[in-house]
Formats: sequence, structure tokens, C-alpha cells
Amino acid sequence: MKFLHLVLANLGRHKRRTFLTTASVALALFLFASLRTVVTTLQAAAQFGSARRLVSTNATGIVFPLPLSYTNKLRAVPGVGAVSWANWFGGKYGDNKRFFAQFAVDPESYLDMYPEISLPEDQKQAFFRERSAAIIGRRLVDIFGWRLGQDVTIQGTIFPGDWTFTIRGIYTPTDAAINDDMLLFRHDYFEERLGRPGVAGWYVLRIDDAEQAAPIAKAIDDQFRNSNAPTKTGTEQAFNASFATMWGNVSLLMGTIGMAVVFAILLVTANAMMMSARERTREVAVLKTIGYSDRILFGLVMLEAALIALTGALVGLGGAKLLYRATNFNAGGFLPGFDVTLGTLSLGAGVALLLMLASGLVPAMQAARLPVVQALRRVE
Amino acid sequence: MRIPLIYNLRSALQRPVSTGLTALGIGLVVAVFIGMLALANGFRAALARTGSDRNALILRRGADAELSSGIDRATASIIAASPHVAAGPDGRPLASPEVYVLIPLTRRGEDTTAVANVVVRGVGEAAWTVRNNIQLVEGERPRSGRPEVCVGKKMAQRFPHTGVGESLRFGGRDWTVVCQFTAGGSAFESEVWGENEQFMPVFRGEVFQAVSIRLADPAAFEEAKRALEGDQRLTVDVHRESSFYAEQSEVLGRILEILATVITSIMAVGAVFGAVNTMYASVASRAPEIAVLLTLGFHPRSVLLSFLVESALIALIGGVIGILLALPVNGIVTGTTNWASFSEIAFSFRITPGLLLAGLVFAAVMGTLGGFFPAWRAARMPVVQALR
Repeated sequence: MKFLHLVLANLGRHKRRTFLTTASVALALFLFASLRTVVTTLQAAAQFGSARRLVSTNATGIVFPLPLSYTNKLRAVPGVGAVSWANWFGGKYGDNKRFFAQFAVDPESYLDMYPEISLPEDQKQAFFRERSAAIIGRRLVDIFGWRLGQDVTIQGTIFPGDWTFTIRGIYTPTDAAINDDMLLFRHDYFEERLGRPGVAGWYVLRIDDAEQAAPIAKAIDDQFRNSNAPTKTGTEQAFNASFATMWGNVSLLMGTIGMAVVFAILLVTANAMMMSARERTREVAVLKTIGYSDRILFGLVMLEAALIALTGALVGLGGAKLLYRATNFNAGGFLPGFDVTLGTLSLGAGVALLLMLASGLVPAMQAARLPVVQALRRVE
Repeated sequence: MRIPLIYNLRSALQRPVSTGLTALGIGLVVAVFIGMLALANGFRAALARTGSDRNALILRRGADAELSSGIDRATASIIAASPHVAAGPDGRPLASPEVYVLIPLTRRGEDTTAVANVVVRGVGEAAWTVRNNIQLVEGERPRSGRPEVCVGKKMAQRFPHTGVGESLRFGGRDWTVVCQFTAGGSAFESEVWGENEQFMPVFRGEVFQAVSIRLADPAAFEEAKRALEGDQRLTVDVHRESSFYAEQSEVLGRILEILATVITSIMAVGAVFGAVNTMYASVASRAPEIAVLLTLGFHPRSVLLSFLVESALIALIGGVIGILLALPVNGIVTGTTNWASFSEIAFSFRITPGLLLAGLVFAAVMGTLGGFFPAWRAARMPVVQALR
């Protein structure tokens, strides 16, 4: 530790250079953390889902509805504890600058199915009582400034016309993978306005035993196989995962860019550090002359590299973590629960360590091996 | 008097490793810059080419995508009979009432839980003429009344069971693939086409989603729009096909561009820092040289310029490296879901000469920015002290 002072003095000599090098390390790791978090958030979304929930959709495709009359048949399937259903609404609000999802849901059964959607009991009851009531996610309050009791008009694109809902509740998701910017309104209101077509976009089922998911799903699909609307049933997790795969190879792209970024900065930083070491050849020779051992000189240069890499890592990774948390970033609803994970942080720290080795090892070895006489002679 | 360029060239080559590393760092930034913009570019181009200026697309009023629209037979007939619709060589109106649905398919080489929503478009006979640049590359068009389909070239590359003669299963039935088509790289190449009358009973029953028409007079789009939207029997919106599809690329195109800008600007800052460091170190180690130059009577301004040029030169080499790194991605086909239409769209990375030029300019700017302060220091170097 007694050498720390010497190392700090060395770093302080070219303040601007030290600052720039550290800042570029910090930027690289910030970017690395951000890109990697896109990947982990998509993965988390794909893995979200209770093992005890199944989703039944129309086998022909997600855009085709199922008859509402399946409700009772599904309830009667052995092992199924509860059934709920929902419809994608796809409306526009105002100038449509900020898109958000709206769903028509069966109020009691849906909130019972998703305890993760939490809201005060009185607001829940208000939602259950009133036909045109809707509940909204906390984030929509921040975006549009909506209040409880306010009427909100949404233009349907799939279901034409102006739809007015009264906001009766504001929910907070207890699981980060659930969007906090949805609007949920009542399915019976939806049916009534459309002249009772008797359709549900998809069904969500709660099963008593998670182990039985596969046979129950098969029993359901077998039951409707020869009907007009055959079903495709799977775990909620598989359902969510299928949405994540729609992005295609986005994660691969992000990963590649992340690596390119890290590599580019690595080059630049290693270069700067090697240059600064080369300038000090004479000093190293002097230090050796007055009795510093090769090992200590090696350590000194490595310590310098370590200080730059670790400060950069702290600022870059910590900055990413704090920034996304403070701004509650979710990429306009595309990436709910965007949060830098512990895994990403440790991976970033690993990158910093690698950077330290890559940029410090060569100059440190040069310093340790430097022949004193020759180095001193080179001094002009 | 100007310091000759050869001086900078030799100086840069004096330190091949550090020059090379700096250039490579800048090169990587330029490569990512070009690569990401090529992605956004390719995506936008695919949708921009989908629509034609000569066509109009008619949807139910208020529908913002083909998927959410619905048009009954009566409406489709009224539209086809409109005088604004051009007539084909056989005298029949060039109007194609179309069924548009999405079906879940698994991409080649992925497990069955991975799903892409592929567009299935049931078209009228006229569609093959009306829609833009449709060209069969293999096989014959589906015959009327038969369960046959034609698949887009890009779709065929990415999904199994799409070769001519193979049988593709969707909508609970098997469909024989009888041809493959290209459409000038547009989004149609990601679709499956068949006869509208075949798809109707399988999917949504007696309803079309959109009618695509060739305008009798492309310049008279506004009149056609007024006439059709004003018709009491119809509740439709008339879109110019080209702008309709271009708008569908707006959201994702913008996301990709913002992403490209944010990522590359952060990277660029890092690279500029690196260039600054390299040039500072270079100036510091060449102090005696610079002092000699100044003693010889070169104006400090020439020294400043000379170092700026050197920095820009290194950056330009980096720019060229970046271009060489990025060029191989040109034409690579990738795909994602266009959330504006909820459908899978395949498109190619598209590098244009303009994009390459932008990459070079970007590199030069990084070099000049990175070289400025070190060059400034070189120009103002105290001669006596530096010579000592």
C-alpha cells in the first residue's frame, strides 16, 4: 500500500490522459451493460410465467379468436382450477405518439388469475361494479397524467369507434416482467358493444398441479381438435417465450455489437496505457537503480492499469444500473422490467479485469525486464 | 508554408502498433455505425418498395393495418366498379380484394416454441399485376379453386417446407407450394400467397381485409380518395399504397436508427478519447522534432494543420478498415417482427454508397476532433524548452 502514493502521483501527472482513458473505459462498460440488459430483459420476459398457468390460443394463429362458449368446457377439464379470458384491443389514444396495450379481460377471474397485478381492494371492487370501468398501470399515470375517475376515450383500430372508459383503479405489478403500462377494461362491456360475438382472444387456465401441465394441455387440445376452432395450449412461459422469439436474432445482434464495442475500447485503452508506459522508460531505470526490484516495478504498472480499469468499471456499470433505475426506463413499453442484472454487472467486472490484464501486462513486463544501463544510456 | 504530407505519413508509420491500434479502434466504430444503419436502411427499403405510387390500398375506416381491417364482398364490388380503377388488358378492373391473416410458423433450425407470424395473403387474379414487381422465379401460379400457394423468396429461405412441390401446413389444411416469387426485395417476399376464395372459408369467413387497386390515373389519387371515401355505401379509408407501407416501417425504423445513433455516438466518444490520447502521446514524444520544425521557420499554424491532418489521416485509414469490416454484411438476410403489423418481415442489410461516405466522414470528424487539442499543444510548444 505504501506504493499507492507513487501510483497515484503517476496517474496525476497527465490528468487529462488519465481522465480520458478512464472515461472511455466507463463508456465502454456502460454500453456493454446496456446492450446486455436488452438481452437479459428479453430472456426474463421469455421465462416469465407461473408453472401453474396455461394459455390456450386458437391453433390457427394468435390473431384468430376462440368461442366464449369454451369457458365452461375448459372449467370442466379435470385438473383445471380456474379459467379466465382476455382480448387484445389495439386502440389508439390521442395522437398515438405513445403506444400502450389495452386488453378486454374478465374482471374477477383475471385479477384472481394474476395476483401480480396488485391494486387496492376498493379500486378492485369499483372495477367489478361498473360496466365501463378500466384499470391502468402506474406508468400511464406518469405519461398521460390520468386520474382516478377520469373518462378516457380510445379509438379502436380493430374494433371501430370511440370507446370511453372510466378509470377506477391504478395497479402496480409486483413482478417486473408484467407491463406497468397496460389498460385493462371489462370483457362484458366489450362483448356488449360489439353485439355479443361471443369471442375470447385467448384463455388463461390455472391448474392444480404444475406437474400435470403437459397432459392437461393435451387433453384440452384433443377435446377441440375437430371443432371449428381447435386450440393450442401450452404453459404461460412457452406463450411468453414465443413472443420473445418474434424479435428474431435481435439478441445475437446486440451481443455482437456489445463485443465490438468492448473490443474497440480495449484497443484504444491498451494503446494509451502502453504509450504512457513507454514514455517513462527513463524513470523506470532510475527506480531500478535506486533499488526497486523487478517484481515491485511490475506490480506498480499493473496497479496503475487496475486503478484505471476498476474506476472505469465502477463508473460505467454503476452508472448504467443507477441511470436505468432512476429513469424507470422500459423502451416505450417494449422492455418491461429493464434493469441491469447482477450477472451483467459481474460480467462487466470480468471485462474490466480482462482490460486491465490486456493493457497492463505488456508495459508491466517491459518495465520489469528493462536493462538499466541501456535504458539510462538512451536518455538524451 | 505547409509541412509536406510525407512527414505525417512517415511519422504515423514510425509507430506502426499505436497507429494501427488507433485506426482499428476507429475502424470498429465505423463498422458498427455502417452495420446498424444498413440494418435500419434495409428494413425501411423493404417496406418502402412494398407499395407503389400507382396503387391505392383501401381499408375499413379507422383500421391502421391490413390485419385489423375488414371489407365485405359488396364493398369490394363497388370499389372494383369505380371509374378510378384502371382496366387490365382483358378489360377487367385491376382490383384485388385480399384476405390477410397471420399464421404461426417455426423458422428453419429453431425449436417449435419459437414462433414467427407469417403473412398469408389471399389475392384476386389481378394482384399479380397490380402489386409491385411480382415475378415468379420458379413454378406456376396457383390455379383457381385448388389448395395451392406461392411463397416469397425470402420467406422460403427462412422457413421449412416451402420448396416447390412440398406441402405447407397451416389453417388446419395442407397446401401445395406451386411457385416461388420475388418482389424487388419488398415485404411481399416474406409472405405466402394463395387465392382469396380458398383462404376465406379456412380463416375468417366471408370477409376481405383490403382491396388493392391500380389507379386509372396515378396523379388523380386525391380525386379517387374523395370519391371512394365520400361514397355513402362505403365506410373505407383510401391510402396511397407507397406511403401506407412506408408508414408501417416508421416505428421500428426509428427505433433502429435511434439505437444506431446512441450506440455509435457513445462508441465515438470513446474512440475520440483514444485518438486524443494517442495524439497527445505522439506530440509529447516528438517535442524535439516539433521544436526543430518551428525553429526552421514553419508557422505554428502549419504545425497545427499538420498534426490535424495526421490525426485525420489515421482516422481515415480507420474509416477504410471499418468499411472493409462492414461490407460483408451487405445483403445478409435477417428478420424480425414488425410490431406495426405484428408480422414477420425478412430484409437484407443494405449498404449504400452514401452510407459508406457517411462512415468516412464520421471517421474524419472523429480524427479531427481527437487531433485538435494535441495539435494545438504542438503548435504552441515553447521552442527553447523543447529543444533542450
